[in-house]
Amino acid sequence: MNVSPTPEVAFKPADYKSDIKPVWCPGCGDHSVLLSFQRAMAELALPPEKVAVVSGIGCSSRIPAYTNTYGFHGVHGRSLALATGLKAARPDLTVLVASGDGDGFSIGGNHFLHACRRNVDVTYVVMDNRIYGMTKGQPSPTTEPDWDTAIAPGGTGLSPFHPLVIALASGANFIARGFSGDIGGTARLIVDAVRTPGFSFVQILSPCVTFRPDQQKGWKDLVRTAQVPETDDPGRAARRLMTDDGFNIGVLYRGKRPPYQPRPLADLPVAALEQEFAV
Amino acid sequence: MVTRPPVRSVSIVLTGSGGAGVMTAGEILLEAATSCGLYGLMTRSSGPQIRGGEAAAMLRLSTAQVENADDRFDVLICLDFDNVQRFAAEIPLDGESLIVGDPAAGPLPAEIAAKGARFVEVPMARITKGIAGGRISMVALGVLARLIGLPESSIVTAVAESIGRRKPEALVANEQAVKAGAAAAADLPAVPRLALPATVPTGRWSITGNEAAGLGAIKGGVRFVAGYPITPATEILEWMAPALQQCGGVLIQAEDELASINMIIGASHGGVPSLTATAGPGLSLMIESLGLAVASETPVVVVDVMRTGPSTGIATKSEQTDLNIAVYGLHGDAPHVVVAPLGITDALATTQWAVHLAEALQTVTIVLSDQSIGQSRAVVDRPKDVAWKAERLIAAEVGPAYRRYETTPSGISPQAIPGLAGGQYTADGLEHNTRGTPSSQARDHMAQLDKRERKIAAFDYGDTWAEIEGEGDLAIVTWGSSTQPVREAIARAAEEGVSVRLVALRLISPAQPEKFAAALAGVRKVLVIEQSHTGQLWRHLRAHYDFTATVVPIHRPGPLPIRPGEVLADILKEVRR
Repeated sequence: MNVSPTPEVAFKPADYKSDIKPVWCPGCGDHSVLLSFQRAMAELALPPEKVAVVSGIGCSSRIPAYTNTYGFHGVHGRSLALATGLKAARPDLTVLVASGDGDGFSIGGNHFLHACRRNVDVTYVVMDNRIYGMTKGQPSPTTEPDWDTAIAPGGTGLSPFHPLVIALASGANFIARGFSGDIGGTARLIVDAVRTPGFSFVQILSPCVTFRPDQQKGWKDLVRTAQVPETDDPGRAARRLMTDDGFNIGVLYRGKRPPYQPRPLADLPVAALEQEFAV
Repeated sequence: MVTRPPVRSVSIVLTGSGGAGVMTAGEILLEAATSCGLYGLMTRSSGPQIRGGEAAAMLRLSTAQVENADDRFDVLICLDFDNVQRFAAEIPLDGESLIVGDPAAGPLPAEIAAKGARFVEVPMARITKGIAGGRISMVALGVLARLIGLPESSIVTAVAESIGRRKPEALVANEQAVKAGAAAAADLPAVPRLALPATVPTGRWSITGNEAAGLGAIKGGVRFVAGYPITPATEILEWMAPALQQCGGVLIQAEDELASINMIIGASHGGVPSLTATAGPGLSLMIESLGLAVASETPVVVVDVMRTGPSTGIATKSEQTDLNIAVYGLHGDAPHVVVAPLGITDALATTQWAVHLAEALQTVTIVLSDQSIGQSRAVVDRPKDVAWKAERLIAAEVGPAYRRYETTPSGISPQAIPGLAGGQYTADGLEHNTRGTPSSQARDHMAQLDKRERKIAAFDYGDTWAEIEGEGDLAIVTWGSSTQPVREAIARAAEEGVSVRLVALRLISPAQPEKFAAALAGVRKVLVIEQSHTGQLWRHLRAHYDFTATVVPIHRPGPLPIRPGEVLADILKEVRR
């Protein structure tokens, strides 16, 4: 279990809020996701000092500084690797990772595969707006093929990446989708993800008001609570995720793989290691 | 003509195609010589093939500790001649050398014959065929034992130690093979023999540079390692994986070097001293994140076992050419520490020191080892214990005014480790203010740049920064693995009546101008000796030090090792100019 609860202490969402003002545009979905983070941590009753929020680069990756926990705002695409090292070295901490569709699926794509495969007990929240916002509107791996941008006039013509299917195929133990507009629902998904042992992947549809104004209204109308209950059968989950239109919200897969946590076998004095060199 | 000093070492090279067992035979010979009280060095050379390629085990056996190759080999024994010509440049032979070949292997290849060494044939393959279960490498070991004067029993015992444990049924055949080889060598021409000591020294170690680096890391306090396989650094990871687990630590094999460096940054953020080991291509991939470690003041140690570059280069062979990237590769102004072990044994203490420096300074420390250090095994006196430990300035408790990146006089500020209530902060690669809050303000950038530079520049690196030996108005400045052949050359020069001062740099960056000037006080001429094509050390020295003496840069690339005779010739050329 990825939590160290202290039930005797009650926490409020505000206990997880730092005094730094977000750089996000007014109306950005990430404001809501930040609120969901804070609600989730309060619900989990996690002491702020026992939590680390790790991120890479991009709009979504600004979250650690806005959170009154320990945190690491690292380089572009490497948040999962950094979080893996932190969790492996400090299994007592609750580790959450915040990313976006560019940071997580493009430059960080390889780490995504291997974090799913490794199944370290961390929760990976990707705020997906199908665009690079911080660099002002380039297509990401989840951008629709006909979305017109300056760098890809007329669209990329490329099939979007399907992160949930890839997560399943790579071994993620918990796969869910949320919508930033549903702050309470997203908070509940994060709580569930943290409580589920192993690598938990939560894709959150989080509209970019500036470079994808179409999403603001459109996604609100398109998202729906998933009508099919969650499954622990990877085969059923694969079919479901492959045929899903990308707007079903909820827990879509929950497996039973034990988490990866490397542990020492002994705590011998270092002098014991020297014996093998003696002649 | 330089007269050679009396025989204090014998150099032997065994070659054969992959699978012939030359590496195992070399290790057995080293072990047998060790049991007779000798010291020794074994380096490996092989082609890029995983199996079936050519292989050479190069040994130097000596009556005293030795960590570098000699100028030439006394004996070349070829189990076969398959591709042996590829080693021609790596195996200097002269008229005094003896080549032992097998008549069944065909004629001696022209490239080897051209060296003018004496050549004898021993029917090793035929002898092997006459022994059920016999191996040609064991016959060769018998030949070598007789040639250089090691008791056959020492070989037989070493074979039993090495192979017997895995294949006890082969012991009898192996003993027969060794004895048959020795008998066949009874009438061979003489080669130099070492006087075996009357008593076998105690307390010695047999260790490779990669093992020494791993041990030094753990002794320094490293308890988390992440790494990605790469020649010639992989053995550090393979040695550390089980060793760490016995000492309260863990190792993760990462998906790539981008992951390994970020994993250790994460673990170190959690308060656990952390390290990765790699080679030049891996270091190149890690560079962006090393800047993150510098900016976020997260201590990490990176051991770079240098190999010939650029790009994939010659992956299995040594060169001192990552100095530039290690010191200057990071973007932005990113002060950090670069150190280099001066030999196989020194890899232990220098890596241990590197852990201490990284932790004390909350920054990146790069250890520039190389293939010739890392993958060579030496039998040495037990290295002296050094006291370097990971001693990070950790905040024991914090109040509301806690500032992670406080601009302290030393530049070092206490780190709150996750778990400490009230110490929450975000480590950031974005420029930040003293609290860690991202900032694009000029004053914050200046204050944090000053802080990060100050802690590196103001630190007292003590006497460990360099080894300074000898007197004289001629000096050699060198670094890393080149130190060993240079030191031997200086000893030989002393026998010629020429005294040369040695300044072997262990601390490559930050520069130590005052100490350097003092070390070279009264020196008229300085030879800067290194294994690189462009003179990376020389250029680095010119950037940071004011020389009053005349500087003579002497540099050439790998993969051939710098040999003491070459350096001696350089010394004598300057003296007699």
